[in-house]
Amino acid sequence: MKITQALHYFEYKTLFMVLLALLALTGITVSVSFIDLGKFNVWIALIIASTKGAIVLLFFMHMKYEGRVLVFSFLGTIFFLGIMISFTFWDVGFR
Amino acid sequence: MSSHSDESGKKLGMWLFLYTEIILFGGLFVLYAVYFVRYASDFIEGGKELNILFGVVNTIILLISSFSVAAAITAIQKKEKKMAVTGLATGLLCGLVFLVNKYFEWSHKIDSGIFPNSEKLVDGPVGQNIFFGLYYVITGLHGIHIIIGMALLFISLVFVQTGKITHERFSLAENSGLYWHLVDLIWIFIFPLFYLVI
Amino acid sequence: METVKSFFETPSPARFKGIWSWLLTTDHKRIGLMYLFSILFWFLLAVLLGGVIRLELMFQGETFISAEVYNSLFTLHGVIMIFLFIIPALPAVFGNFFLPMQIGTDDVFFPKLNLLSWYLYMAGGIIAIISLFSDGFPDTGWTFYVPFSISTHTNVSTAVFAAFVLGIASMLTGLNFITTIHRMRKKQMGWMQIPLFTWSLYATSWVQLLATPVVSITLLLVIIERYVGVGLFDPSRGGDPILYQHLFWMYSHPAVYIMILPGMGVISEIIPVFSRKSIFGYKAIVASSMAIAIAGSLVWAHHMYTSGMSDTAIFVFSLLTFVVAIPSAIKVFSWVATLYKGSIQMTPPLFLALCFIYLFSVGGLTGLVLGAAGTDIYVHDTHFVVAHFHFTMFGGTGFAFFAALHYWWPKMFGRMYDFKKAYIGAILLTGGFMFHYVPMFILGLQGMPRRYFDYLPQYAKGNFFAGFGAAFMIIGIFLMVINLLITLRKPMDAKADPWGGTTLEWQTPSPPPLHNFVTEPCVLDYPYDFTGVVKKYSKNTKGE
Repeated sequence: MKITQALHYFEYKTLFMVLLALLALTGITVSVSFIDLGKFNVWIALIIASTKGAIVLLFFMHMKYEGRVLVFSFLGTIFFLGIMISFTFWDVGFR
Repeated sequence: MSSHSDESGKKLGMWLFLYTEIILFGGLFVLYAVYFVRYASDFIEGGKELNILFGVVNTIILLISSFSVAAAITAIQKKEKKMAVTGLATGLLCGLVFLVNKYFEWSHKIDSGIFPNSEKLVDGPVGQNIFFGLYYVITGLHGIHIIIGMALLFISLVFVQTGKITHERFSLAENSGLYWHLVDLIWIFIFPLFYLVI
Repeated sequence: METVKSFFETPSPARFKGIWSWLLTTDHKRIGLMYLFSILFWFLLAVLLGGVIRLELMFQGETFISAEVYNSLFTLHGVIMIFLFIIPALPAVFGNFFLPMQIGTDDVFFPKLNLLSWYLYMAGGIIAIISLFSDGFPDTGWTFYVPFSISTHTNVSTAVFAAFVLGIASMLTGLNFITTIHRMRKKQMGWMQIPLFTWSLYATSWVQLLATPVVSITLLLVIIERYVGVGLFDPSRGGDPILYQHLFWMYSHPAVYIMILPGMGVISEIIPVFSRKSIFGYKAIVASSMAIAIAGSLVWAHHMYTSGMSDTAIFVFSLLTFVVAIPSAIKVFSWVATLYKGSIQMTPPLFLALCFIYLFSVGGLTGLVLGAAGTDIYVHDTHFVVAHFHFTMFGGTGFAFFAALHYWWPKMFGRMYDFKKAYIGAILLTGGFMFHYVPMFILGLQGMPRRYFDYLPQYAKGNFFAGFGAAFMIIGIFLMVINLLITLRKPMDAKADPWGGTTLEWQTPSPPPLHNFVTEPCVLDYPYDFTGVVKKYSKNTKGE
């Protein structure tokens, strides 16, 4: 039983555009950090980081082509990470 | 045995491993989140001590390396061996530059008296002690992952060169690439959390 | 059938002979057996250590070991039982051996990684021994709580590193199993045709995979603190020691479900076979396995009600803890409903499974006493807790381990054991168990703290009685194990299907051949369909 990999790849050009987008987002997050927006700074930084992360996942790590098993298990992992952080705040947030 | 040619099974195994890495760093991010809320002003002071330039340069380097590794995987599937070798080698080189940068950054900090258990941190504000403690632990662990990733990329490079990795069987290269991208992914979060805190 | 060579005679890879055919094997069955014997060694050692602890506690004051030795002994007992026995016991031994067979394939997905896991397991055990002989074994208890674990002079770093290595071994086993179940099932086997033991391993593997890294990083932090002194958990330097407990229990609470879920899977296999009746609520059991795995990851802080956590957290985690009781109860009801109106055939595995249901129910219900914050404040860190988790872990997983051992022994070794001795051993074990742990519930309610070397005079009677129970238990355990081991001298005469099971592992000779199946196994539409078995057996009785 030989199962070869399905050939799924992005062209160099696509990858390069992705790189440019990532660099642009890096520029944005750095420049925004010089503006004082109070506590929104953290959230903006995290949202931009998550966007960058999603782009890396979808294109560089080929998540766009993967089946349900990988997509759901990855989301499950992130969900668990979210639980780890947020549930800890049931304690530290109310002390 | 059927398992040895099931390439997508190997990829599933690699992803499962990556999940464990995410959670491994996740434990540290739990600490970061709690202490950030508790010592917000100290974290901001600490963040100002870090040189933003080092952070930006290292981010750009890792992004470029991720791109070139991704391009190498595409090249393997397109049977463009030369391109694949170039891509992997660029990734390796970027990793090396990243480590050199890190070395200078760390030694600069250590020279100015900021390192775990140093007098400056022990006697200074407790929040900054935590900030730099987390900084050393998280970037240190990340650095170790860079080294492991470079080893994987190097093995892939050798195998592509010797023809052990082909367009039909390239799961080793693909999985090494996945690992490298994950290391990049984690840096994408480390960068704003330490260098850009306002 | 007689001409088929068993896996004992066909090494894999074929070029290795003698001891190397075991130490370098990639055959999941051989690796499973290597786990079996190493785990049995650790288990019996830790049982004896537990016996020493109870013997010391039988009389007030110092009886025959000093307080320092006592502290190291209960830590060692806990570390071995948790990390070297209960966590790997069912997945690594029976999961390795039977998971591939139950889904009709010839090995796990990553055979070499499987062997590596075994070596990591052994390395972890050896590092734990080394820590014994250098600066003394830690006296922190298996939880390694800061700040004591960072300031004590015993060799915590080595012991913690051992736990770290064992964690990796467990994580890799989980990774291997998930991939195997996803990629190597027989084509005809859909998700709702997977045997329940394999299902429970699937749920367990996810917990192993996602929870273990948390403890890995936590233990690494303990080592870093000991060597570098960052101060992440040191209040005088801005750290928060309660965060250590959060991180520790984020793994260690889900870990108790790593321990119990495969046990529940074993019981779900045994009950229908000896009731000759399809399992009640197959889908409910599958769903409850997954529900336990998920809900079990949300309740970690119920170990910390008295640690100084916020009241809000105590309320939330207490509430969530009660939610976990629901899927566990679904399983118990399903097992009992399966027995109802079945044609029950009493055998040692079924006997142990029935004891499991009773003991586990008691353990589960007393768990609610601890999960409710109001009562927990009174019994926290008393002998009540000790009794509770021994009822679930030993009365649960331990009994499931013995039930699995008696259920699958003929398949693994091709030899049947003596029922009478097995029954006597099991009765001694269960009787001793009740005698041993029920007094502890009472002692705990009276206020006797756990982990103390000495106690007040009013606790003398209970401790004295518990010692006798321990002795009966130890005799029972050794009787059962020896009864099994002596069969290894007999010729291999067990039938392919001595019990009348329906899952795929019974469709092949005992012990199985190298590639598990002689002819392609046939997957039933429903994995617990006993109509064929009942027909076969009723024919046999007519013929005799």
